[in-house]
Amino acid sequence: MITSFILKALDRNIVIVVALLLAIAALVPALNLLTSPDHPLHVPTYIVSLFGKYFTYALLALALDLVWGFCGILSLGHAAFFALGGYAMGMYLMRQIGARGSYGNPLLPDFMVFLNWKELPWFWYGFDMFWFAALMAVLVPGLLAFVFGWFAFRSRVNGVYLSIITQAMTFALLLAFFRNDMGFGGNNGLTDFKDIMGYSIQSNGTRSALFAASAIALALSLIIASGIVRSKYGKILVGVRDAESRTRFLGYRVEHMKLFAFTVSAMMAGVAGALYVPQVGIINPGEFDPANSIEVVIWTAVGGRGTLIGPIVGAILVNGGKSIFTAAFPEFWLFALGGLFVLVTLFLPKGIVGTARHFIERRKEYRKAKADEAARAFAAEPQAAE
Amino acid sequence: MNTLASNAKPTSILYLDGVSVSFDGFKALNSLSFVIEPGELRAIIGPNGAGKTTMMDIITGKTRPDAGEVFFKGTIDLTQKDEAEIAQLGIGRKFQKPTVFESHTVWDNLELALNRNRGVFSTLFYRLTADDKARIEEILSTVRLANRRDDFAANLSHGQKQWLEIGMLLAQEPELLLVDEPVAGMTDAETAETAILLKEIARTRSVVVVEHDMGFIRDLGVKVTCLAEGSVLAEGSIDFVSADQRVIENYLGR
Repeated sequence: MITSFILKALDRNIVIVVALLLAIAALVPALNLLTSPDHPLHVPTYIVSLFGKYFTYALLALALDLVWGFCGILSLGHAAFFALGGYAMGMYLMRQIGARGSYGNPLLPDFMVFLNWKELPWFWYGFDMFWFAALMAVLVPGLLAFVFGWFAFRSRVNGVYLSIITQAMTFALLLAFFRNDMGFGGNNGLTDFKDIMGYSIQSNGTRSALFAASAIALALSLIIASGIVRSKYGKILVGVRDAESRTRFLGYRVEHMKLFAFTVSAMMAGVAGALYVPQVGIINPGEFDPANSIEVVIWTAVGGRGTLIGPIVGAILVNGGKSIFTAAFPEFWLFALGGLFVLVTLFLPKGIVGTARHFIERRKEYRKAKADEAARAFAAEPQAAE
Repeated sequence: MNTLASNAKPTSILYLDGVSVSFDGFKALNSLSFVIEPGELRAIIGPNGAGKTTMMDIITGKTRPDAGEVFFKGTIDLTQKDEAEIAQLGIGRKFQKPTVFESHTVWDNLELALNRNRGVFSTLFYRLTADDKARIEEILSTVRLANRRDDFAANLSHGQKQWLEIGMLLAQEPELLLVDEPVAGMTDAETAETAILLKEIARTRSVVVVEHDMGFIRDLGVKVTCLAEGSVLAEGSIDFVSADQRVIENYLGR
């Protein structure tokens, strides 16, 4: 059952991208750790961290593509699931600091001591264990998506209305996490991390390991997403996207179909957030900013909605562009991003990968037509000679 | 006000009695009552706004009636169920505008329509069995699309899309089929072919056809119900109905 699911997932393009990601996961850390800094093939640590961060963005875009590209749910709140996964990891990293904080309290994180709290709030229990935090990074976004989706899809909220309430959801979480008495560090969020699983978070080895983990998580999620969209269930998702009422009158429970995709997608976004936080060293309520979720939509659109590989390409290209652009012309980045979205919508509606696929198909058809014509001409010739 | 003999209910496949529904004060259906027998092929005619599509919406669970009874197979109360449940009970519906999954192939359209377990996890791990394959092949030849199986539904002609949708309904294996204007926009040859197809289908199940094309209804040669202003105006053979003075005034005469 599972094997046939995975075998179906692995078409040629997916195999190539997965192999590439796994090779990068092995090679880049090796080049960072095993070569000396003046070696021509040496990969500096800041590049390792930068691309590790891009991979977590790519995973977030992949998660969005599963619901937007294949099911037509334009979520403008996916960064909320990412941020919740990030907070789960951040809580673990805070508890790892232990007595090394500025106030030297072995149990309470600094911001709690500062707020004069005497004991750990109940929802911080268990976050001293990595496995628990990792589980929560998946379960909390998944649960939120399940509850949110349950009500939204059952009430048949669709299209732009759904987009608006996803936006409202992330905005509500933004406001909630800003409050100091929520117990998540308020405005400043969680930062000053020291260790992860006993290893210093600043060391080259840890950074390389996080990079590799991000690439592997992306590869695994790509296989899962591909298996989902290539199954009969995935075809139904596309059916829901294109002709929702037809799917319903065929006897499918559209709300269950949407709910499953939305929940899986939120869980992937949570994993992305959990890998993001140790690599950037901070998580604060700014991650819930509605603008962040909209940026994810732009990455996905640029790379190619509904292609799975496209969002990965889009996230890396747009964020690479952002890193270069914000260093060169910091004031103009948002104009460039807006312009990019307009240009892609107008001239590349299928995105980079979608357009490339379209051209390859057209060329194949053209070649086939030409070959057929040549064969016919060849067959006709002897008769003409008679 | 029971206009029907209630003894028709237990043996019927579809039973509507006194069904009324209004939208913003407009009475779309006004105490509509009729009965379809198992294995029957019935044509329903009527002017625009007579309530034909609203009637289908009520039978398939899209709209809830304000009053009245709707029973399937005599005992199943359809007013308490939603679209997916009603479809799973065995009522298929063809829309007025052909509605197929355009970005899927003809084959995939039929595979999705097959009457199999429709849960999330059973579809996630579904594998095409030999039985399912044979069934799809059979439907492909019934709806005359065997040579287009690998084409995207978007690339079919209008008439072929109509047939594909009928094929999807067959794959659903319904006991009752509701067909809304199947020959709208078809050529004469396609229309004649569709009449043959529907008669073929009606051999094994009950079919209700809503249609404007009188020639097509004559081709079908079945009992006709004429609706106007949300209730039944006349019922009987095509000659009987088209001779009815009120039908001429309301519908044919216009």
